[in-house]
Amino acid sequence: MSAPVLAVEKLEVSLPAGADRARAVENVSFSVNAGEVRCLVGESGSGKSIIAQTVMGLLPRNLKTTAGHVLLNGENLLQAGPERLRRLRGEKLAMIFQEPMTALNPIMRCGAQIDELLAQHTSMAPAQRRARVLQMLEHVRLPDPARIHAAYPHQLSGGQRQRIMIAMALILKPALLIADEPTTALDVTTQAEILGLIRDLQREHGTAVLFITHDFGVVADIADDVSVLCLGDLVESGSARDVLGSPRHPYTRMLLQAVPELVSRKPATSSDAPVAMRTRRVNKVFVTGGWLGGRREVVAAQDVDLEVRRAETLGIVGESGSGKSTLARILARLIDPSSGDIELDGAPVARLRGAPARAFRRKVQVVFQDPYRSLNPRRTVGAAIVEGPLNFGAAREEAWRRAQELMQLVRLPAHALQRYPHEFSGGQRQRICIARALAVQPEVLIADEAVSALDVSVQAQILELLDEIQQRLRLTIVFITHDLRVAARICNRIVVMQHGRIVEQGPVAQVFEQPREVYTRALINAAPGKGFAFGRTA
Amino acid sequence: MDSAVTEPGAEHTIAGPAARPAVWTRLARNWSVRIGGAVLALLLLASGAAPLLGTIDPALIDPVNRDLLPGATGEVMLLTGESFPHTFWLGTDSYGRDIYSRVLYGGRVSLVVGVTVALLSLLFGILIGLAAGTIRWLDGVLMRVMDGLMAIPGILLAIALVALWRASIWTVIVAITIPEIPRVVRLVRSLVLSIREEPYVEAARSLGTPTAIMMVRHILPNTVAPLIVQGTYICASAILVEAILSFLGVGLPTDVPTWGNIMAEGRLQFQQYPHNVLFPGIFLALTVLAVNMLGDGLRDTLDPRFSKHGERP
Repeated sequence: MSAPVLAVEKLEVSLPAGADRARAVENVSFSVNAGEVRCLVGESGSGKSIIAQTVMGLLPRNLKTTAGHVLLNGENLLQAGPERLRRLRGEKLAMIFQEPMTALNPIMRCGAQIDELLAQHTSMAPAQRRARVLQMLEHVRLPDPARIHAAYPHQLSGGQRQRIMIAMALILKPALLIADEPTTALDVTTQAEILGLIRDLQREHGTAVLFITHDFGVVADIADDVSVLCLGDLVESGSARDVLGSPRHPYTRMLLQAVPELVSRKPATSSDAPVAMRTRRVNKVFVTGGWLGGRREVVAAQDVDLEVRRAETLGIVGESGSGKSTLARILARLIDPSSGDIELDGAPVARLRGAPARAFRRKVQVVFQDPYRSLNPRRTVGAAIVEGPLNFGAAREEAWRRAQELMQLVRLPAHALQRYPHEFSGGQRQRICIARALAVQPEVLIADEAVSALDVSVQAQILELLDEIQQRLRLTIVFITHDLRVAARICNRIVVMQHGRIVEQGPVAQVFEQPREVYTRALINAAPGKGFAFGRTA
Repeated sequence: MDSAVTEPGAEHTIAGPAARPAVWTRLARNWSVRIGGAVLALLLLASGAAPLLGTIDPALIDPVNRDLLPGATGEVMLLTGESFPHTFWLGTDSYGRDIYSRVLYGGRVSLVVGVTVALLSLLFGILIGLAAGTIRWLDGVLMRVMDGLMAIPGILLAIALVALWRASIWTVIVAITIPEIPRVVRLVRSLVLSIREEPYVEAARSLGTPTAIMMVRHILPNTVAPLIVQGTYICASAILVEAILSFLGVGLPTDVPTWGNIMAEGRLQFQQYPHNVLFPGIFLALTVLAVNMLGDGLRDTLDPRFSKHGERP
């Protein structure tokens, strides 16, 4: 076997004083061979991006490599000067980033951005370069390369922009491609296409790929070899089949078990359960501009008819722009529908104002996606939790006593009520948000991507907590998510949305196993790591 | 990558008493805050306690002691006929008035004008900005009025107001405050517009929190840091504008010493006796510098979003 393209040996990167640990990564060794994909997997804070930055020579100034070697074809990159590194980047090393919009220059045409690389690193004539760029655009399967060549980044979709990034990365035929969460910001169907593209191009060119991700589904789809990182330590390394199939380290095992299976776990709701909430032909049209500017209308929800039965969990799934979050906010009456009716326990609630609207708020509560922004940074956790009950006229002592009970319910210590949100981790904050929503004893809880910002292990704990709370309080939950695995894990029934319309609905088992609509089928097929039975391993 | 998120298995332990020290500690550690604050405190003390610091009546005209150089000594005769020896540390002007006393007393005007203008423009700016940020239909109207106000040059407005009323400290304060208000309004409005979209505000709304309480409890407290910073910049600019107005003769009446009118009177003899302009000028520069340093320090500690060092808490 030939020497590896990239060899990282005993790498150690120190963090500045005052960080939560002394070293970002410690004693990390792995190698990537030509024509292979090595996945670095880990949760947030595991140091996986730091490793990518070290290899690229893009480490932030306050971080220092204190030991080890990074060898690219035998050359130690840690000792290369800035001029040498600049030459190597592009020619031998290339990187694609998570956010394709911010990684491209918004005021340069896409063609020109790719062309710049050729102009910098080769002595090709302009006409030759143009031909090469067009060829590359076709190679990354972009339709109508001539049009894309002349387009600005904002005129392209997220998936198309990521293809441009890939074209830029591969045009100089680098020996090593580093992909740092390249599909995390994309919808599942786009993600599946991009993963396929990376895989095909990598095979064709024999490129070595270092692929960084937090998603085991993606790992199962793309990796030849896997390295698992936990808080800067490399805990397990091996071929994808070994690591995923028979993980040896308890941390890897725990992570794999936390990934929800893509099969229904909960029974379908019985059809005679009373209806808690119902929408009739709900529409929402957002109007922007007007007055002097151009008026634009965006239809976010169209003729949405759905029923949520008492004590069931209804999942609303769809890709970005499908209108699922708009629907959640309409159900919570945070925005008004443009037309249509909403019923709660059979009473119309869509047009409530004043006191009846406040009574409605008490019955329907929301948990939001971003645990960092859904708590006021200037108020204690306790103040956040008692705010609702006090608004609805509860006595102060009673409200605080109840807050303590709720902290117990979400498994946080009662003394944490006096603390401020920044003292808590993401998962803990999401527990606090759940406690805050439950404080007013709602009948319906709307969870809008409530676990999407969390690491899988934390996500599993929050889902378990929601299950437990639902059983104890007979709560009705509307669970909005883009992640089919999460939906399968927690929902009884599921609604699939696309372009503001409901395309399919039914019990989870039925929708997942016998999808009727083409779109549902595409969505399920695109779910990363589909063929792999997570959760059951080990 | 955010390293402060979660550690596996550590879900039930809380991160401990903040990786981030309390605001006061962080302020006390910042060198801009330390230096700016110290200089400003000294200036405040000196002008506040001017009568105790060996000064004489700053308006006392004494032809015998005309145009003395810094450090000269002489005999001061009061209007009552009493006389005593006095050292003119910073010299005298062409009327024989003591520059040292005039500069210290003049500091009072500068600091009062600076602080009052900052407070008034923040007060009105917050009220109007909150209204514009919350009441949709009022927004367009208010903001167009503010655009109109912004188009009036402060000095022109001051000349008009002095012509209309009379030169007094209040005329000056009003004249400087009016053009500052729209800037605060714009800041408050943009802050309100972004904060009211924050999930925690939506969460409060779904908990049935009334709009007025929402403003006071959730929105206003989160605008405080950028507003304090803005306040210091307004203060510095108001001190400068007051000096300009006095220098141009449209500020305070000439019998009240201010740094601006001391310089204005001294400029006729600048070539022979530069100390008349130099000393009030140094004090003015020092004050503005101190206030700006304090503002930069506050911005870096309170509001990392606008920090040039870009360090997130």
